Amino acid sequence: MRHDYWDRYSRLDSLVHRRPAGLKAAAALAVILITVIPPHPPALLLAAVAAVLLALITASRIPPIFFLKRLLFFEPLILTVAALALFQPGGFPKFLMLIVKSTLSLVTVILLANTTPFYELLRVLRRIHVPSVFVTLLALMYRYIFVLADEMQRMRRARRSRTFGRRRERTWVLLSRIVGQLFLRSTERAERIYAAMSARGWK
Amino acid sequence: MHIPDGFLDAKTLVAASVLSAAGLGRALWALRTRMSARKVPLMGLAAAFLFVAQMINFPVVGGTSGHLLGAVLAAVLLGPGEAILVMTVVLVAQAFLFADGGVLALGANVFNMGIAAVLGGYFFYRLVAAAVRTAYGKLVGAAFGAWASTVLASICCTGELAWSGTVAWSVGFPAMTGIHMLLGAGEALITVLVLTAVYRARPYLLSAKDGGAGEPGARPLAGALIYGGLITLGLVLFVLPFASKWPDGLARVAAAVGFDAKAVTGPLVSSPFAGYRVPGIGSLSAATALAGIVGAVLVFTVSFVLAKALHRKSAADAAGPEAGSGT
Repeated sequence: MRHDYWDRYSRLDSLVHRRPAGLKAAAALAVILITVIPPHPPALLLAAVAAVLLALITASRIPPIFFLKRLLFFEPLILTVAALALFQPGGFPKFLMLIVKSTLSLVTVILLANTTPFYELLRVLRRIHVPSVFVTLLALMYRYIFVLADEMQRMRRARRSRTFGRRRERTWVLLSRIVGQLFLRSTERAERIYAAMSARGWK
Repeated sequence: MHIPDGFLDAKTLVAASVLSAAGLGRALWALRTRMSARKVPLMGLAAAFLFVAQMINFPVVGGTSGHLLGAVLAAVLLGPGEAILVMTVVLVAQAFLFADGGVLALGANVFNMGIAAVLGGYFFYRLVAAAVRTAYGKLVGAAFGAWASTVLASICCTGELAWSGTVAWSVGFPAMTGIHMLLGAGEALITVLVLTAVYRARPYLLSAKDGGAGEPGARPLAGALIYGGLITLGLVLFVLPFASKWPDGLARVAAAVGFDAKAVTGPLVSSPFAGYRVPGIGSLSAATALAGIVGAVLVFTVSFVLAKALHRKSAADAAGPEAGSGT
């Protein structure tokens, strides 16, 4: 089953995908920094950032509709929080600025995530001396998100095929039991993984 | 509650990142000094579990749904330091893979949901569990802790937005915290239901002294001091300057209590519109605070009733020896 809908395009091949991960991560960080940090960035700067991002999106061969979909997913949240900024003097320009800044940053991260496989980003983290335990945790998590998501779907499917009806008050209890069961299965799997890692000489 | 990039200014980003880095550093350091190689895969899997569990939507009225945050669930099942790491790993992955929460704002999000929520919620959990020394004391504590963790995280979030000058505290506090006082009820319910499900399958987890792989040995006092200091510092930076601007009674109390609060407040409140207030919104803030106190009492009471019912039911289902009463 496929669960990689958020970085589905990270393994494409294009001019952007072929750049080294470290360069892309640093560039993304730089773009976000110059967008976010200046309190009142000139419109020209923001337009330049947008133009660069658009050029990169085109070069990356990722369908633009994918970006639109991801943005549509997050914009309501951004709009809600930004709307709170309207309740102060000079709120409207601030509101607009917030939306532009966060949308540009959002596009940057989506572009990074979809042009760089996660494990390459982890390699960058290791190279800049992020504590190795932390990188190992990230790697393990990324490896098993998909396994556990599958496991959960199997449990939900099994539950649906055994129980009829949809009594509201039971839904929470049943879902919670699935979550609890998923936790137990995760810990048991962790034991097996630890044994396998030890057998292969880890630590 | 994931703050996107662009909403926080440089000083808030730096302050939150420093606090988060300190908390993470302490959690990682505690992991290194113990014999804890076995814990690494466990925490990696726990992070994956939390990531997946957060994706499950619990239906609320009218087609809307809520999901778990899991700070207290992780803290109760794994221990507080481990929970900080697990939450952080989840937040990092969400920021980079999912674009959920900003990259620069990661420090702030880790502080709110990874450190303040975990430690604040765990503090209440232990407090209640210590006062009510039966198995269901743990469930009550977890329920109340889960509610408190959500509310505390939203308060920190509002404080950071206010300190950045993005959202006025008098607007953000009623809106954000008000909503999260409701969402927190869902968090409490899910947490306690999941814990019941876990304990029903593995009763020994409930009777274990710490409720899971707690934090035995390894200088818990030093950890408590460091973590407590971090939380306090965060609250002093992000919340106190604004909280002490509450009008009426609270303001007077704050003024009476503290010249020191004022000394901190002076340079920090830099908003040029500090004096400006939309009419009626100031008292909304006070009303939210009051509702928070009432809500806390209410949630606490309901937690007792709920935990008692669940505990009795699962004890009857398990039909085993009463867990927890022995220790």
